[in-house]
Amino acid sequence: MEKFVQIESVGQTFDTNKGKFVALRDIDLTIRQGEFIALIGHSGCGKSTLLNLIAGLTTPTTGVLLCDGREIAGPGPERAVVFQNHSLLPWLTCFENVYLAVERVFGAKEGKARLKERTAAAINLVGLDHASSKYPHEISGGMKQRVGIARALSMQPKVLLMDEPFGALDALTRAKLQDELMKICEATKATTVMVTHDVDEAVLLSDRIVMMTNGPAATIGEILEVKLPRPRQRLTLAHDPAYIDYRAAVLEFLYEKQAHVEKMAA
Amino acid sequence: MSALTMSGDFGLEKPVDRSSINSQPVAEVVAELVKEKKMEKAATLPVAETGTPIGERLGALGRAILPPLLGMLVLIGLWYVATHKGGSIPGPVQTWDAAVKLFADPFYRNGPNDQGIGWNVLSSLQRVGIGFGFAALVGIPLGFILGRSAFLSAMINPIISLLRPVSPLAWLPIGLLVFKKADPAATYTIFICSIWPMIMNTAQGVQRVPQDYLNVARVLALSEWKVVTKILFPAVLPYMLTGIRLSIGTAWLVIVAAEMLTGGVGIGFWVWDEWNNLKVEHIIIAIFVIGIVGLILEQALILLAKKLTKESS
Repeated sequence: MEKFVQIESVGQTFDTNKGKFVALRDIDLTIRQGEFIALIGHSGCGKSTLLNLIAGLTTPTTGVLLCDGREIAGPGPERAVVFQNHSLLPWLTCFENVYLAVERVFGAKEGKARLKERTAAAINLVGLDHASSKYPHEISGGMKQRVGIARALSMQPKVLLMDEPFGALDALTRAKLQDELMKICEATKATTVMVTHDVDEAVLLSDRIVMMTNGPAATIGEILEVKLPRPRQRLTLAHDPAYIDYRAAVLEFLYEKQAHVEKMAA
Repeated sequence: MSALTMSGDFGLEKPVDRSSINSQPVAEVVAELVKEKKMEKAATLPVAETGTPIGERLGALGRAILPPLLGMLVLIGLWYVATHKGGSIPGPVQTWDAAVKLFADPFYRNGPNDQGIGWNVLSSLQRVGIGFGFAALVGIPLGFILGRSAFLSAMINPIISLLRPVSPLAWLPIGLLVFKKADPAATYTIFICSIWPMIMNTAQGVQRVPQDYLNVARVLALSEWKVVTKILFPAVLPYMLTGIRLSIGTAWLVIVAAEMLTGGVGIGFWVWDEWNNLKVEHIIIAIFVIGIVGLILEQALILLAKKLTKESS
């Protein structure tokens, strides 16, 4: 197994007004190149914290994270992030939002025409050619999220990190974007880590589902390998016994094994 | 109908009955048609601004202009009623006559202390422009720095809080002392009063740049220059423009008072001069002129703000 992203005994402690707060402890995870990982768990279990650590937006209190054999010391374009709330810059058009990323990554080596080609290709990949010159406030939530994905993909990152990218969307749009994401990931062979709280999304998209225990001091509870063949079809899978079993396994983890802490919190 | 049933002729009853049933829908249809027409009218109203029918357009214009016009008429009416019996305050008619004479030649020069109202307004505007420009040059970068650095912000903010409530006129003697001349002292007063809103709004804007945008900058590892031009500046621009608008409003308030004290050429000085000459109608004209210029400045900045922030909304 090729180790592409390595997370070794990582812990994260935050200083708060009430003293130290242990968010994560003893996280060990190795991600293969081209693998799709879903991080799932109840709210507050630190799945976004873990994603931010891989992104380099925060640095771990203990342990070490490696990407492609090098320590992750800070954020960088080789680990692109699709943010939960799209985070497009409202004063730039969709094209300009993506171009900003393309220019940053390839601007030193390539001419303007080539950069524009790359931008257009990324926007085409998410099917937004027609909205390219629109501003974010002129397009729907689903389209914004697609621009966010295009921006991340345009950088040709080693790892694509997604923080509940479809959480704010309605069910139909979400399903459509999930299908598109599957196609894109198959085409680009992108190594992807996605934070989600949606069980179906996790089973449908992932090669492995990393299930986190409840916080504080959350860690990895179980890892479920999803051995469904690709390409996966949402409709055929709905009746697939293996799919149903995987789904049940995740649900069981979330609502039986990890239910009690939530009750305490509630 | 009961007569028909009694006659037992069902063949006749039916068509009559049907026609009575039919007549109902016809009335309804007519009513609906009327309604539709009304709705059509209502629907064309919002379109009127860009739409074709000139009558509709004039109507919309009338509705926009009529209430303010009526307000002005009421004001002038009250003014007339309050002054028509004579007294020290001139009525609208006398003021109008004086205004016509005054504006017939707004740009005359009869020595340094007797110049047309045009010159007076222009020199006031010039002072405001210079003082305000310097305030922007100093205040906006300072606001950026205070917004970015919590330490400097904590250091400077108490000083700003202490100085901000001070009337700018209290600084005038210091200005006179330092510059030894009336004109730069007045400009300096404008600088002082304009700078606070500029610093505070810019700093607030910088502090309120959403973390998401900064995270984007971090993930893309953008250069400092790109962060400032592509993220910070556009995000702060609306706040900056608010600061500028507040500043210019205060500046225009303060210049009148400052010029009354410093003398020279300027609308404030002119008001004082006309008071000394006991030309009260000129003072009233000056009040209108000051109000109108202030209104134009404010509206121009609102327009500018709309234009600049349209794409970021």
